[in-house]
Amino acid sequence: MAALLAQLLLTGLATGAIYALVAIGFSLLWQGSQVVNFAQGDFVTLPAFVMLGVMGYGLPLWVAMPVALLVSLLVLGVLFRRVLVQPMLRHGVMPLVIATMALSIFMENAMKNVASAEAYPFPGLSGGIDLGPLFLDWQSAVTLLSAVLAVLALHLFLSRTRTGRAIQATAQNPAVARLLGINVDRMILITFLINAALVTLAAVLISPAYLVKFNNGEAIGLTAFCAAIIGGFNQVRGAVAGGLLLGVTETFAATFGPDQYRAAVPMVLLIVFVLFRPQGLLGRREERRV
Amino acid sequence: MSHARHAAVLGAALAALVLAGLVSFALQPYGIYLLSLWAVYTIAATGLNLTLGYAGQVSLAQAAFVGIGAYTTALLMPHGVPFGVSLMLGALGCFVLGLGLGFPALRVQGHYLAFVTLALTTLAFLVMRNETWLTGGIGGISNIRRPAGFASGRGYEFLCLGVLACVTLLAWWLLRSPWGRAFMALRENPMRAASLGVDVRAYTLLAFAIGAALGGVAGALYAPLVQYIEPSPFSLDFSLALLLMVVVGGSGLFLGPFLGALVAVLLPEWLRFLQDYYLVIYAALVIVLLALCPEGLIGLAERHLFRRKGRA
Repeated sequence: MAALLAQLLLTGLATGAIYALVAIGFSLLWQGSQVVNFAQGDFVTLPAFVMLGVMGYGLPLWVAMPVALLVSLLVLGVLFRRVLVQPMLRHGVMPLVIATMALSIFMENAMKNVASAEAYPFPGLSGGIDLGPLFLDWQSAVTLLSAVLAVLALHLFLSRTRTGRAIQATAQNPAVARLLGINVDRMILITFLINAALVTLAAVLISPAYLVKFNNGEAIGLTAFCAAIIGGFNQVRGAVAGGLLLGVTETFAATFGPDQYRAAVPMVLLIVFVLFRPQGLLGRREERRV
Repeated sequence: MSHARHAAVLGAALAALVLAGLVSFALQPYGIYLLSLWAVYTIAATGLNLTLGYAGQVSLAQAAFVGIGAYTTALLMPHGVPFGVSLMLGALGCFVLGLGLGFPALRVQGHYLAFVTLALTTLAFLVMRNETWLTGGIGGISNIRRPAGFASGRGYEFLCLGVLACVTLLAWWLLRSPWGRAFMALRENPMRAASLGVDVRAYTLLAFAIGAALGGVAGALYAPLVQYIEPSPFSLDFSLALLLMVVVGGSGLFLGPFLGALVAVLLPEWLRFLQDYYLVIYAALVIVLLALCPEGLIGLAERHLFRRKGRA
């Protein structure tokens, strides 16, 4: 029993680490430029399809990955900001929120038309290593390791480098940041690029297990929202905590609870948190802005 | 807005209903069905417009409320409950659920209502799909009968239009009452409204709950219209579609949902040659519209007319 629990914990943490990556990107965009990105889940599906497309030419995954990263940085980072966010922000947050919903519909149906409604397999790592009662499969191990490294690198970047601190300052108060001589526009662009990189990494890690399908983004996006809110919206640490918590809870619920309600776990947790702890696990209460 | 303009807006809405009724005499059954569907969508979108357009909060639960209204009617009518009563019960259920859900969500600033309502739609869909003993699961509920006297296509269309007329009058009265005026103040500037003594949270909550109830009314009409319901029309996709209807027509404008629902019903028929590309193009058009004019098509038309007048 203890071995089973440990095994589930491991699987849950690996899944949760991927949710955390997507949730961090979501939180960063929210903090950096008030963008509530309802297409965040589809942002994970797009690089997965790009990689499949590149591999379709007989190229290996390690070639496809940088190509997908480049496409993501360009399309989900620069273009998303220039074409959608910037022209829309002057109208306020609400039209932008609705526009990201329309973007989600657009992306899902475009991917469906190009790639059909089929679920495509994605190369991952097979096998693993026996650690006594515990079986550590390579895929989970690599997933956990790369997610931890990514979060660590991001954390160090945001807290230790000049640019990182400028990004944080921009997120906290753009007006003051500008007065201090920070190039606010560039900082926000970097935030978008970080998000694009995070979703690409998430695509590499999640696709072997979830396969690649045009509407996968719905479930991934929903879980990432929940993770961001449960963890505490205004913190990167919060998104990590929320992602891990959701990954573990979901894995346990799927094993011991009714399978058809697996998708309900993040939703119920979300409602419970909004009821009893709206600022999330690690978040601070948001103050009103005039 | 002036009194005259308010009255003109109401007149335009009611004229549209009369026109829809008259046009049906020249239409095939499918056209009549589309007009009935338009009325149902308009009711749901008008409810959502209270939340989105006037209270300024995104709700993604309207599909769930329509679903709850639809299942309530479909489940109660075979037990001899009259249509009107089951419609009221469905609406009441949605109202209470809206209060219960909105109360905690609206305590927090930001887009919490959007996330909580997103969760509700997903949960409601799972219950409709999985609780086969109650909802029939993916098999759904078939042979839903229409109320006596409204069994024909045109008869039922008149019923839908009649209910829409009641909803229109109710919404119009609501928005012009002192309550509604406080509501508008809220949309223009919540901080100022709060400083003038408007209880922002109570108003927003009530707007959301009334919007939810209208979703229930739309659902109650939908079930006997199509006579067969299953979970898939009430998924998140429909919530998004309803949101887009409100913004396409013009969110915060009384006639916005009327026009947005019309576009949503007719455009797929006209653009049938696009087949699978319809949603891609529709979504892209909505984004362009939002970037150009967040007040939707009506806003766009008003701006255009105004500019013409200014030049002349």
